[in-house]
Amino acid sequence: MPIIEVENLVKKFGSFVANDNLTFSVEAGEIYGFLGANGAGKTTAMKILCGLSSPTSGKVMVAGYDVAKQSEMVKQRIGYMSQRFSLFEDLSVWENFQFFGGIYGLSKAKIKERTSELLGRLGLESEKNQILGSLPLGWKQKLAFSVSIIHQPSIVFLDEPTGGVDPITRRQFWEIIYETASQGITVFVTTHYMDEAEYCQRVSIMADGRIVALDTPANLKAKYNAANIEEVFLKIARN
Amino acid sequence: MPTNISIQASHITKRYGDKLALDDISFDVKKGELFGFIGPDGAGKTTLFRIITTLLLPDNGSLLVEGLDSDKDYVKLRKILGYMPGRFSLYQDLTVEENLRFFAGIFHTTPEANYELVKDIYSHIEPFKKRKAGKLSGGMKQKLALSCALIHKPEVLVLDEPTTGVDAVSRIEFWEMLDKLRMSGITIIVSTPYMDEASRCDRVALIQNGKIMSIDTPDAIRRNYGRALWAVKADDIYNLLTDLRLFKATRTAFPFGEHIHLSLTSDSVTPSEIASYLKDTGHRNVQITRIEPSIEDCFMEMMQKV
Repeated sequence: MPIIEVENLVKKFGSFVANDNLTFSVEAGEIYGFLGANGAGKTTAMKILCGLSSPTSGKVMVAGYDVAKQSEMVKQRIGYMSQRFSLFEDLSVWENFQFFGGIYGLSKAKIKERTSELLGRLGLESEKNQILGSLPLGWKQKLAFSVSIIHQPSIVFLDEPTGGVDPITRRQFWEIIYETASQGITVFVTTHYMDEAEYCQRVSIMADGRIVALDTPANLKAKYNAANIEEVFLKIARN
Repeated sequence: MPTNISIQASHITKRYGDKLALDDISFDVKKGELFGFIGPDGAGKTTLFRIITTLLLPDNGSLLVEGLDSDKDYVKLRKILGYMPGRFSLYQDLTVEENLRFFAGIFHTTPEANYELVKDIYSHIEPFKKRKAGKLSGGMKQKLALSCALIHKPEVLVLDEPTTGVDAVSRIEFWEMLDKLRMSGITIIVSTPYMDEASRCDRVALIQNGKIMSIDTPDAIRRNYGRALWAVKADDIYNLLTDLRLFKATRTAFPFGEHIHLSLTSDSVTPSEIASYLKDTGHRNVQITRIEPSIEDCFMEMMQKV
């Protein structure tokens, strides 16, 4: 069953068409890679999917809600992790979880339960009272991801979650993504690392406001006669 | 200082409170070299570049650029440096043309005087010269920033993460520009978190947690990996990774796109032993190929030794 359904989405800013008739769907529990060159319209589309901006026309359903009419319901059902680090550096790990859990209206008991569950999975229980700013970047990035799913959303949007992260942590991060998806949370992710596109079940590639390719990595490579997704991306972007 | 050396850094240390940002860093960059600092965020790249550009003083150690001391001779040194900071730092409300003229003016020159040097880069954005810099796309901003850093014809060009957050196509274009630029003989130091960009440099320093783990040519770093490396592929990549980690002879197993890069505890283990183990664990369409390590393989290898 699709958890995201986009039909003929158009978003215009004045005469500029940022999203030009997008149609695609994402299945529940899927890891979906959302690729495209800078300025292709990815951020615009992501903002609409998250209920932060409304479409000029077209229909966008996320987690069963219409983003144009029920954006507040959408926001409760999704998690979001921005490319720039978004936790509070001067609060402790635990205080960050408490704060964001509170924003999503979780009870104190629930916050406690989810925090120990998520920290346990990262093996960071003993860092619970550390001030976030004192931790290595790789840990912070994993914590930001955990915070984004503290309210057990149906979908989590990850906007370049591994940018600038060291190569070992970058790979650990993808293992956490796999684990999360296997628990039924849909993962919608953007990245500039083309090797990471191979870890997605399906990827779409945007150019000039349109989705020009959408398939499994294996099918895209076959279709574009390419050794890897980077080659697919270059062939598309240079046309 | 030998005459062929452009930058000489000796025992540079920098602390921010308790945090050691740079830990006893020493290196030389030769004149005309394209030298890369490769490492993740937080490795110390920006701190080092701010020290090189005289914007920050080290707690210990010394730095000479073209024979000038970064502390005592900073006024002279700034004149021969071109610096492109990691964050877009041009004037968003000035036009493309006005920015270029402004940065040339600061150095008492004009865009016309040094046009030859920036021509290849600036010609891409010249059609938009009346546009405000804030209205440019990411790729165009980058080209303008590079033009502005070059317009006074510096001897040393310092580029702090010019390709971060830039898509795969624009990244390739940017390195093509640097390739052309190096023909002019300018010394270029560049930092990047993208390991695959290392191969575009003459020499690289791999940097992590404020320490340089290795300095060499990209080829030499790859040759020094020191053991056999295998690329393994099968239908179910995620289970392939977990199963390979359980294999008795596995030393490291890291995903690389659709492959797992596998190193073994002993060179006497054969690919057919790996294949038969994977067959027994139920994997299908297993392919095992001996490969040359990439810089990223080497980087992870060194990270684990530290």
